[in-house]
Amino acid sequence: MHTLISNTMPLLAAGAEQVTALDKFKDFVNRWSVPQFSLPLFLLLMIGAFFGYRKWTKPIIFWPMMIVFTVVYFGFIPLDDSYASILQKPDNVPISMMIFLTLFFLWLGLRQAAINDHNMEIGKPLIEEDREDKVLCWPDLVYTELLAMVLCTVVLILWSVLLKAPLESPANPAGPPNPSKAPWYFLGLQELLVYFDPWMAGVVLPGLIILGLAAMPYIDTNPKGNGYYTFKERKFAILTWMFGYLILWCVLIVFGTFLRGPNWNFFGPFQVWDSHRVDPLTNINISDIWYVVILDGKLPESMLVREWPGMVLAAFWFFALPYLMTKIRFFGRLRYQMGFARYYLMAVLFVVMMLVPVKMVGRWTMNLKYIIAMPEINFNL
Amino acid sequence: MLQGVINSIRESQVWSSIFRHGVPRDRRTRVMAVMSNLFLHLHPVAVRKSGIRLSFTWCMGGLTFFLFIAETISGVLLMFYYRPVVEYAYSDIIQMRAALTLGVMREIHRWGAHAMIIAVWLHMMRVFLTGSYKPPREFNWVVGVILLVLTMLLSFTGYLLPWDQLAIWAITVGSKMAEATPFAGMNGPGRELLQLPGGIPIVTPYSDAKFLLLAGDSVGEAALLRFYVLHCIAIPLAAATLIAVHFWRIRKDGGISGPM
Repeated sequence: MHTLISNTMPLLAAGAEQVTALDKFKDFVNRWSVPQFSLPLFLLLMIGAFFGYRKWTKPIIFWPMMIVFTVVYFGFIPLDDSYASILQKPDNVPISMMIFLTLFFLWLGLRQAAINDHNMEIGKPLIEEDREDKVLCWPDLVYTELLAMVLCTVVLILWSVLLKAPLESPANPAGPPNPSKAPWYFLGLQELLVYFDPWMAGVVLPGLIILGLAAMPYIDTNPKGNGYYTFKERKFAILTWMFGYLILWCVLIVFGTFLRGPNWNFFGPFQVWDSHRVDPLTNINISDIWYVVILDGKLPESMLVREWPGMVLAAFWFFALPYLMTKIRFFGRLRYQMGFARYYLMAVLFVVMMLVPVKMVGRWTMNLKYIIAMPEINFNL
Repeated sequence: MLQGVINSIRESQVWSSIFRHGVPRDRRTRVMAVMSNLFLHLHPVAVRKSGIRLSFTWCMGGLTFFLFIAETISGVLLMFYYRPVVEYAYSDIIQMRAALTLGVMREIHRWGAHAMIIAVWLHMMRVFLTGSYKPPREFNWVVGVILLVLTMLLSFTGYLLPWDQLAIWAITVGSKMAEATPFAGMNGPGRELLQLPGGIPIVTPYSDAKFLLLAGDSVGEAALLRFYVLHCIAIPLAAATLIAVHFWRIRKDGGISGPM
């Protein structure tokens, strides 16, 4: 919380006499864009979008929303210098593309899911249902492909002529820029470094993302929704996957590129990147909470004694929780339908993914740093 | 007049030696057009009508492949002018920008790479939303996941080549992660467990995962060459092979997906 107040107050104080409605609005956005508010908000938006998908995907609702969003998104470029400089950085252009294309295609997919789900309810055929209706590849498909290639070429050439590829000063191994950022498509992982040590954020979690994606077709035994758009028949699969993709991957990339400034401090979209700002870190571990806060004593000398509360929590999370989940009727049914191996593979991957939001919430609510802190052997979770 | 010229070209020995079929105007010649062409025969002769609707496929897989080809062509052109040596790399890029008539090639290559990553993600999202990874296409999804990783690795290795501040520090941030690999990284958990008899550690700063990636303990000369070879030869070859498998499996697994 301290960071919010300390960083927005000077803005208000500086122009105390002529604070306009625009300034107030910018200040409001800066305040509420910090992850502890905006990430839950994005999650709510996503859940709302999936449960209200039959309503907002109607073109008459979607397109006006999209137009308003576009106007607001680009409209602030002339109104705010820091916003403009972030958005117009050449290597950030793909992020804007990603935002708009993802929104558009999410709509396109869910729109067809809404139509299909409605059609199934009233006994009408799916959009994709035309098994007998085959067309020749020439000309129907090859011409579509040709047009797509031509369009793509035109866009690529225009983009290249209008916008120079970035080239900064020559490499200087002694002078790291602040902030130093990985290429944009890895910034979701770099953002995870706020909450996890590199062995988790940079190795274990990406490894499990790849493994989990590859294992997906063997885990998902739901025979429905094969080859057509639907949401109703695959709610759990779609919500889980989209939480990972939209929130934990795409939104974190947007945070990493647009909102993380010097020292990886968080800056609102209308905040100047101040490299002298110091955000005090007063993070504590589970062992501190147990021995110092709750028992009001000192940390034990021995590493294993010190860390047993964290180890119990971690063991509970990774080993007991997948089993306990089966007591919930929905997961119990999944366990029965999927069988032992499939269910536990899915459940372990699921709790590992959920560890990310849980640790985020832990950080935001009680400054949690590590569940298990064993710096002696580089093992911090 | 014009029609006469066109006709005489079409009837010439050269033309008919290349295209073994007539003008694709009727069903027979259209089938022939697809079947007798190496590139077009990636397609089946006939497809489900709803399967090729743009709103169903989004065309993103196809565009990813097209961008891969565009990257290959622009990349080969860039290779004519670029030397992967610390002394020259940066100045070659400056020269390329200043002196070349088609100085836009680097832009096409860089923006094309970004576009390819986005296209691959959207392709994955489409395949997920239509449930097209489900049987019988499970394995092709796995191949696709590997291609997704290769696409990002291609872009990552290319990021270093301009040898500017953006390049080396992005790769420094990225490769720092390798240092923390469990068991195999210098600062990774479990490193101490890997020891030779007599307490000699196996994983040292000169033998850990980061060293394998950078051929050194920091991003330097050796890393530049390593990334160049990976970027221009090793990963494209692997990707091209898997793309072939990916396409072939689409056909073998029943073509574009649709309701069973």
